[in-house]
Amino acid sequence: MTLRDILNKLLRRQEASANTARERLQLVLAHDRTDLSPDLLDQMRREILEVVAKYVEIDIEEGAVSLETEDRMTALVANLPIRRDPSGAIKTKELTTIDSSEEQTQTNN
Amino acid sequence: MSTNTRTILICSGKGGVGKTTLTANLGIALAKQGVKTAVLDADFGLRNLDLLLGLENRIVYTAQEVLEESCRLDQALVKHKQEPNLALLPAGNPRMLDWLKPEDMQRIVKMLSDQFEYVLIDCPAGVEDGFKNAVSASKEAIVVTNPEVSAVRDADRVIGLLNTHSINPVQLVLNRVRPNMIANQEMLSVDDVTDILALPLLGLVLEDEQVIVSTNRGEPLTLSGSKSPAARCYSNIASRLKGEDIPLIDPSKEGSRIRDKFKRLMQTKIF
Repeated sequence: MTLRDILNKLLRRQEASANTARERLQLVLAHDRTDLSPDLLDQMRREILEVVAKYVEIDIEEGAVSLETEDRMTALVANLPIRRDPSGAIKTKELTTIDSSEEQTQTNN
Repeated sequence: MSTNTRTILICSGKGGVGKTTLTANLGIALAKQGVKTAVLDADFGLRNLDLLLGLENRIVYTAQEVLEESCRLDQALVKHKQEPNLALLPAGNPRMLDWLKPEDMQRIVKMLSDQFEYVLIDCPAGVEDGFKNAVSASKEAIVVTNPEVSAVRDADRVIGLLNTHSINPVQLVLNRVRPNMIANQEMLSVDDVTDILALPLLGLVLEDEQVIVSTNRGEPLTLSGSKSPAARCYSNIASRLKGEDIPLIDPSKEGSRIRDKFKRLMQTKIF
């Protein structure tokens, strides 16, 4: 937050455009670099969620799969919050061999 | 000289960001610093390097005649009168694009490498055949971009392609930087662009009306020893290219008037 940002907020002026430019670029480049269309990414996201949901109860609404880019390396990042039962244990489905105590699962490619 | 010759592609993806202006100014600046330099106009479709260097009336033969072996290389090379260390190999007829192959480009650059220490290749815009031919004949690259979303996006595409052709090093020149707009946070900052593209910054060029004046005259800014902002930037880039350690200009330090100081205060991070 800079002095200018505060002033803009107070005066209800539009946010300076450099931030918008940076955010839009980062998004469009993540897609450009992988050649994945938004449709394909969405389909992949749904399938990943379905697979994980077979084993543990996850919060489908909160789940997010996105492409993140740093130093020209693009990573597919899945953030899947796992539901816990009232005792605090992870809700698993049926008998599984999966032993994960992590609150969130991260997959990188 | 051949093995040590640096063949540097100057490319951008998007048109109009300043490839040819950079090639012309860098060529003159290097020649001034005593380096034997050739500039090759690889933009056969829309050639302009001759015009920016003021050599358009002295062209007799072009790269086309050299390739067809209807003239020798030194007959086609146009030597700059004031800076004899610099020579231009003009682009041939646009119809050359129909038959030009990467091997042809490599052959021309090889010939230039035998005579010069630096070969700067002014690449056409786009990522099609003209670009691919030029890449195939280059060892290093300078990617030129502006602090605008479309130019940065296209630069990113080009960088990806350069990486698949094992061009090394690939360095960035950020052109047409406006310190005022960056201070107002209405323009991507130098760090924004280098972070996004993840390339080492060879230099930045400040926006400068004198660039247009110099192209009107066909006399690159670096030729006259002008002290204008862009001229300083171009000379610095040439020196850095040669390996000299010249500090980058800090756009936020440009201008010391009270108004500039106030703008800097306004972008100080408070929390």
